[in-house]
Amino acid sequence: MKYSLGLTVGLSLFLLSACNGASQQPDSGSAARTVTILGVVVGEQQDKLEQALAPFEEQTGITVVYEGTDAFATLLPVRVEAGNAPDIAMFPQPGLMAAFADAGQLIPVTDFMDDATLQAAYPQTWLDLGTFDDTLYGMWYRVSVKSLVWYVPDAFEANSYDIPTTWDELMALSDQIVADGGTPWCLGLESGDATGWPGTDWIEDIMLRTAGTEAYDQWVSHEIPFTDPQVKTAFETFGQVVLNPDYVVGGSTGAISTPFGTSPNGLFSDPPRCYLHRQANFIASFFPDDITLGEDVDVFLLPSINPDLGVPVLVAGDVFGMFNDTPEARALMEYLATPEPHEIWAEAGGFLSPHQQVSLDAYPDPVSRKQAEFLTTADSIRFDGSDLMPSAVGTGSFWSGVVDYVAGTPVDQVLENIEASWPN
Amino acid sequence: MTDNLLRILNAILAVILGSGGVIAIVYGLNVLVERLPKVWKHQLLPWVYVGPAGLLLGAYLVLPTVRTVYISFFDSRSETFVGLENYLFAFASREMLLVFRNNLLWLVLVTGISVSLGLVIAVLVDRVNYETLAKSLIFLPMAISFVGASVIWRFVYAFNPAGSNQIGLLNGVVTALGGDPIGWLVDRSINNVALIVIMIWLYTGFCMVLLSSAIKGIPRDMIEAARIDGASEMQIFWRIMIPTIMPTITVVTTTMIVFVLKVFDIVFVMTGGNLGTDVIASRMIKEMFNYRHFGRGSAIATVLLIAVIPIMVVNIRRFRQQERH
Repeated sequence: MKYSLGLTVGLSLFLLSACNGASQQPDSGSAARTVTILGVVVGEQQDKLEQALAPFEEQTGITVVYEGTDAFATLLPVRVEAGNAPDIAMFPQPGLMAAFADAGQLIPVTDFMDDATLQAAYPQTWLDLGTFDDTLYGMWYRVSVKSLVWYVPDAFEANSYDIPTTWDELMALSDQIVADGGTPWCLGLESGDATGWPGTDWIEDIMLRTAGTEAYDQWVSHEIPFTDPQVKTAFETFGQVVLNPDYVVGGSTGAISTPFGTSPNGLFSDPPRCYLHRQANFIASFFPDDITLGEDVDVFLLPSINPDLGVPVLVAGDVFGMFNDTPEARALMEYLATPEPHEIWAEAGGFLSPHQQVSLDAYPDPVSRKQAEFLTTADSIRFDGSDLMPSAVGTGSFWSGVVDYVAGTPVDQVLENIEASWPN
Repeated sequence: MTDNLLRILNAILAVILGSGGVIAIVYGLNVLVERLPKVWKHQLLPWVYVGPAGLLLGAYLVLPTVRTVYISFFDSRSETFVGLENYLFAFASREMLLVFRNNLLWLVLVTGISVSLGLVIAVLVDRVNYETLAKSLIFLPMAISFVGASVIWRFVYAFNPAGSNQIGLLNGVVTALGGDPIGWLVDRSINNVALIVIMIWLYTGFCMVLLSSAIKGIPRDMIEAARIDGASEMQIFWRIMIPTIMPTITVVTTTMIVFVLKVFDIVFVMTGGNLGTDVIASRMIKEMFNYRHFGRGSAIATVLLIAVIPIMVVNIRRFRQQERH
């Protein structure tokens, strides 16, 4: 009797696990045509992304299953290692994508798309940025312009300040603001465990303007060390602003303690707590709700420092890479090369496209149009260096090094620390 | 709708059959072993009970540990054997020396202050009639997770530039007294202590509760006899209470040491390990997930494991002694 009870339970357990496996089949199954995407876009931005992909679903009957996560860089490698890679990943950093391309886990875009289509869709710069080992893996979608200085035109008018066209003018303007009893810069470096990244953008921007694109490329690829005098100059030029307690709201402690998202709020207070804020275009989504782009706030490019090097533009962006070679994934990648998804999100706002067939009219406000124009007319374009460096530096010692530098650690020691952390 | 209902039913069924299944397996094996000859039975019966737990421990604890130790001898992507290189980093690099210094600071301050403060409070509240209330209040923070506590304390330490509204409690007090706001988490001379205070706040209640019950276990007549013999309250505390509850103090202290060695959340939420506040566990997470250097991450994990072993040995010995009594 007892014996048969145990047997029954054991048997039914086995049966349950058997039918469980069967009943799960349709969920993940192959009957429905789907393409899965893993990306960092969440919240309101995710709605806009899904809006932009909706026509694709209607036209092809393919369902797009998008999964947004803020732990992308941790989750994706785990899923790929576990053999559960998404069909397509939306990488916020080409560095991580390069690692997968290197390991042979990505499908080259050129396997199924011809050069002419790609050339028509993207400027060469962006094609190069998605290319590793002479093979194109990446399809760019959302990009950001980082070299922007935000200001409030009314406040400038009230004090008859002019928009500076050189670094010296920018510093002279800062001095002028201090002399008038104000604080020129709002600067926030705090960003949870990513604290420090806004400072790396400053240094990259300055590096492009003081050392030029060639030295910048060498620096990013570690052909010149972090301790190079050119890098030191970039740090010290940033120091001119951030280490001057009169220039920054709250001084260096304020810079380290202020979250990057709330730091521009000082522009809009009355009287303004600051007049200038250097940050990428996406900071607009952190502005208070009643701020109208183009009326209450405007942008200019961070001016040139060395006139010979012009005004380079620092950019970043999201790039799509393909893990599974399915017809559905191919179709989605092809759709991304058409202007349609780019225009839809551009119209929804908070988005810049690298696609060259997207007209400036697609952008809803003058500030976005201006940013898109910066992107197309830039003297030179370079990608965010910390996103290209190995993660131990790019998302580690460079970030914390900036924090150390702002907190008062001597620049030589900061540079040595970062240099020492570069993986061999 | 029906889909969800099916899922819920499925889940309930799985739970029932799952737990039933475990019982059935043990029960069934037991029945089987009972039928064997006596010699066999005595040999096999313990394994029926220890076996499943042992298997689970092996699969989820022992194997991963062994693998971590193994990986710690390989490079960042676990491909090339690098010998002791990762351990050289874990013990000799400047960053890691800073990490060890911080952990030592945490160990001394958190363990020392939590245990002694817990002891003092336990002795003091033993004599008042609102004891339950006082103990509950001090024990309350225990119910808050590390991350939750860190979020609360971020507001306590919040810094706003001078002249603007202070949302941070401490800087509110400082500016009300006429001082300039202080960057509690930025200033290198205080940021470590600022983090340590959070853990003391969290765990003093834990120490107090355990020590308090030990104090209540001291026989009343022993203390009264001491009083009759003319011992002062201080003498009673040092010569009677402390020696009597020494086993509990040891257990509490060693438990606290293990907790402190594992501390990670507070540092991660408050400063992200910036400005010299990294500790062993937060550094391990950084190496593993931010820098994707599996070798170094595993080496640090192994160091942490080795550091915990002696304390666990002390604890287990203490348990054995108590079992014997």
